[in-house]
Amino acid sequence: MAEVQNNEGGGKKKGGSKQKKISVFVDFTPMVDMNMLLITFFMLCTSLSKPQTMEINMPSNDKNITEEQQSAVKASQAITLLLGGDDKVYYYLGQADYKNSNSLTETSYKAAGIRALLLMRNSEAVEKVKALKQQKLNLKISEEDYTKQVSEIKNGKKTPVVIIKAADEATYKNLIDALDEMQICNIGKYVIDKITEGDKLLLKNKKDNGGLSQNVAK
Amino acid sequence: MSRVKVARKSTRIDMTAMSDVTVLLLTFFMLTSTFVKKEPVQVTTPGSVSEIKIPEVNILQILIDPKGKVFMSLDKQADMEQTLTSVGNDYGVTFTPEEIQKFKIQKTFGTPIKNMKGYLAMKSEEQDKVLKDLGIPCDSVDNQFKDWVKNARATNPDLRIAIKADQNTPYSVIKSVMNSLQDLRENKYNLITSLKNEEAK
Repeated sequence: MAEVQNNEGGGKKKGGSKQKKISVFVDFTPMVDMNMLLITFFMLCTSLSKPQTMEINMPSNDKNITEEQQSAVKASQAITLLLGGDDKVYYYLGQADYKNSNSLTETSYKAAGIRALLLMRNSEAVEKVKALKQQKLNLKISEEDYTKQVSEIKNGKKTPVVIIKAADEATYKNLIDALDEMQICNIGKYVIDKITEGDKLLLKNKKDNGGLSQNVAK
Repeated sequence: MSRVKVARKSTRIDMTAMSDVTVLLLTFFMLTSTFVKKEPVQVTTPGSVSEIKIPEVNILQILIDPKGKVFMSLDKQADMEQTLTSVGNDYGVTFTPEEIQKFKIQKTFGTPIKNMKGYLAMKSEEQDKVLKDLGIPCDSVDNQFKDWVKNARATNPDLRIAIKADQNTPYSVIKSVMNSLQDLRENKYNLITSLKNEEAK
């Protein structure tokens, strides 16, 4: 409804020039209506946030790799996480002790659970990364240097190696949570491995409070 | 007696400013948002602290629903066409140009290759209804999923593989997908997660 109002001289000018005063008024209401409709459409049919991703490198399944090429993990540095069903997570340090049901410790996905353990085990690297982060905040080092040095620290010789083994009952969320902890605790060396029969036994043993190992002892 | 005079006011509101605001908002939404892809199953991704954004092109997305059904999507139509033809060749199924055309416009696919012809013959509303009960077989007996990935990789070497799974998916399903990928020497891939804020204390 665009309209041009034609107000003929209100008598301000007495004769002489015959300039007409034209006021132009365009009604924008339909335009606003249409825009609102379009906005509603965009809000309903699109998503603002792009999904996040996590990059992982899996060990190769190649059977041709010889024993020497596989890097053996020092028992003292290894932490094995066993992800069980019902959001339960267990860990053992170093090598598994199949005779003792207490070798497997139950913990949780909460901050006081595996994170506390991993942070304690990896305290050296965590401290270094923290110092670096502070330096980056103070603009003392560039972003590139920061990422380079962080990855160096993460892959240092003394950092722990975490082996994640998920049982079939575990959910995808458990796996992601465990991988998340690796990132939070600045652990560079971790691997997702297949669960072995021995680990399954350990889990089962833990469930019946060491009933299995007692049977074996008998 | 004098009448009370009601002042006559114009009820016209100037909508120009309002229009400006809406146009601005519209521009913002158009520039920042991405369209939601139509997915056959609703999937809630688990939260993570990872902040890497997923690239937009050359993505092979593997969608896994809580029951363990596997679907796939490719972002380029040319790749879709090529992949379908080569997978068809492997299983001895040839597709007519109309079928290929219909397949190309699919957002997500996940049909056993035997049912593919029948599926493509359906109308799109029927396809939506049926698709969520199908899924690509991915077990040791009949691993068609592996062939799809292999052929997609052969079609486009720059593909990145992204796994999008529901948070309640049992690990056994994830394991079989990961094992198939490992067999194909696809050792590097992305896991799609949603954002969760948490920092080390």
